[in-house]
Amino acid sequence: MGNAHGDNTRGDNQPRDGDRVAYVNARLFDPASGLDVAGSLLTEGETIADFGPELFADAVPDDVIVVDCAGSCLAPGLVDIRVQVREPGEEHKGTLLSAGNAASAGGITSIVCLPNTDPVIDDMSVVEFVARRARKAGLAKVYPYGAVTKGLAGAELAELGMLAEAGAVAFTDGVRAVADAQVMRRALTYAATFGLIIVQHPEEPSLVVDGAMNEGETATRLGLIGLPPAAETIMVERDLRLLEITDSRLHIAHLSTAEAVDAVRRAKARGLAVTCDTAPPYFALNETAVGDYRTFAKLSPPLRAEKDRQAVVEGLKDGTIDAIASDHAPQDEDAKRLPFAQAAFGGVGLETLLAVSLELYHNRHLELAELLRLLTSAPADLLGLDAGRLTKGGAADLVVFDPDGAWKVDADNLRSKSKNSPFDGRPVQGRILRTVVDGRAVFAADVG
Amino acid sequence: MNEVAPAPQPFPHRHLLGIEGLSPDEITLLLDRAEIYVDQNRQADKKKSVLRGRTIINLFFEASTRTRTSFELAGKRLGGDVINMSVSTSSIKKGETLIDTSMTLNAMHPDVLVVRHPDSGAVQLLAEKVNCAVINAGDGSHEHPTQALLDALTIRRRRGRLQGLLVAICGDIVHSRVARSNIHLLQTMGARVRLIAPRTLIPAEAERLGVEVFDDMAVGLEGCDIVMMLRLQSERMHANFFPSIREYFHFFGLDYEKLERAKEDALIMHPGPMNRGVEIDSVVADDFGRSVIREQVEMGVAVRMACLELLSMNQPELTARNV
Repeated sequence: MGNAHGDNTRGDNQPRDGDRVAYVNARLFDPASGLDVAGSLLTEGETIADFGPELFADAVPDDVIVVDCAGSCLAPGLVDIRVQVREPGEEHKGTLLSAGNAASAGGITSIVCLPNTDPVIDDMSVVEFVARRARKAGLAKVYPYGAVTKGLAGAELAELGMLAEAGAVAFTDGVRAVADAQVMRRALTYAATFGLIIVQHPEEPSLVVDGAMNEGETATRLGLIGLPPAAETIMVERDLRLLEITDSRLHIAHLSTAEAVDAVRRAKARGLAVTCDTAPPYFALNETAVGDYRTFAKLSPPLRAEKDRQAVVEGLKDGTIDAIASDHAPQDEDAKRLPFAQAAFGGVGLETLLAVSLELYHNRHLELAELLRLLTSAPADLLGLDAGRLTKGGAADLVVFDPDGAWKVDADNLRSKSKNSPFDGRPVQGRILRTVVDGRAVFAADVG
Repeated sequence: MNEVAPAPQPFPHRHLLGIEGLSPDEITLLLDRAEIYVDQNRQADKKKSVLRGRTIINLFFEASTRTRTSFELAGKRLGGDVINMSVSTSSIKKGETLIDTSMTLNAMHPDVLVVRHPDSGAVQLLAEKVNCAVINAGDGSHEHPTQALLDALTIRRRRGRLQGLLVAICGDIVHSRVARSNIHLLQTMGARVRLIAPRTLIPAEAERLGVEVFDDMAVGLEGCDIVMMLRLQSERMHANFFPSIREYFHFFGLDYEKLERAKEDALIMHPGPMNRGVEIDSVVADDFGRSVIREQVEMGVAVRMACLELLSMNQPELTARNV
């Protein structure tokens, strides 16, 4: 079959309260501490009881359930800080349950969801709704972003302080930039009052009206209106200036252009409190993937030129880019089976996050431990989440994977409710074998 | 009429445009003089003839009830003739410039002009054009010197001193002339000042004024002797200085929980008019043991009497006329 997807084994090997599970014969990774060693890990109920090279060196006690990792990697579950869930409001595109299942299949145990739902996450009651629904699903842990502005309208500040008290981990207007410079300045300043982080979608909206793909030769040949790379650079540069006068904390989402990566690099050298992430499409694909008007490759920001892709890889290598997020953006078929200019932006990414990111390891751009850090402790630390680490007594959120296992992405086999993967048909290496949330296996591949 | 003894020394300035630049001695002179009028004002016969024959014009380009009334009462109790001019009845609405208006009034030979204007610096501009004393009754977000003086008098009477006290000024600092005048006065008199507000309401480089800046009420109020709340104008909400009244009150409204961090006997002050449930919880505002908000109003009249008297006595042309 060649794909990584098995059945969700919620009945299989499920520990009851206090049950102990030993993961033996594993290559243990804890990217935050630099641990990379052959060994075992023991969970007890919902938490990690112990791990290390000496654990169970002699034998495993009888009352412990044994999971033989057979030399595969065991790491903290992935932390994905940019996911559009679509619930509430667009459940035909995706739900907390379908996103949770897709995350489980992708080795992701924590997701941070964007506030562009209906209703918008600009009110405490919606934060609580999302938290309650996610708890009920019992899959990946879901942390909501709150909106920066009421209704994502870009005009009036949302109640950032109270939203944060309710559980919003950071603030963004989602797939919209906070466009007005004064609003952005106030948002940064007000957020600093409470030590909150503003996350910006870096795109100057007035430059991308009607645009469909990256501006350049390909767009010209296809007769599509371009989205200029400068729209990203301008917003990044502007926000960095605002950051400088507000003494605040800014995170820039999904960088896609060489110039923007360079702008962040220079800002960091100046000591500004800026961080950024990118998503697999921007280091694994370029604008040629649009090919013959493939709407699954219509993303926001758009797939860029090859030099931009290379610059994003460089940014990951030199530490300018702090984390990798899936940028999961489910769209139903009706939204994608349209003329390219009319099709919706976005691609699903939860299930391909690790496998596509592992290309950076297989292509020798990054060490495996460093790549895992960009997918676990680094994104968790950016938003202050208690996740992405192996910690004794901490939550047993784990992923077991074979970094070399080959399979081919097939959109039809995705667990995500929407199938719009820009990686459809791509051969990749890296199979998720098991995903564990709070000690429970939420995914196990049907190996063999 | 039992007349008060003359002031021990003259106030060495022609106008009172702001607190910034006044010396501790000059501030003390005004406060000591006001102290006398506090007692006078509590007697049945409040009328004096100190300003008999003098004309005071209250020139208000911005709506005000309490400050204008306070000045009017102060002038009348000293026996002066007080005229009120407010913007709605003036020729400003007909297009006359500030300077034309002041020259017109100047031609009527007033002795003191009490001026409030929505623009910072407007009172100083006017003062440069007239040959009478000018008292700034509030210019834009710049200064409101008589408010700072009445606050200081209130504190001094309650605590016996200003020196060494820790004073928190909380709320809409960036738009507040009251805050600026109080910062200058309190620091000049040896008190320490903390500003507490969301960062959107703290002006740029506020620390350069010598104050400490806090964005957490619980931390900023720790150990304070005095808690001064400022009025929050709800129209600021639409300019994104804060997202909502309920969020503002939740984090920056003075309630007993936040007040617990201040000293047990900390005084609560507010320049008025208050927004109950916005910047201050009603029960705190009405706490007789700690709230001195009504006392501030009483001190206001006394302080304005002292200012009117000392500035009137100090006009060279007046002296000539009276010889």
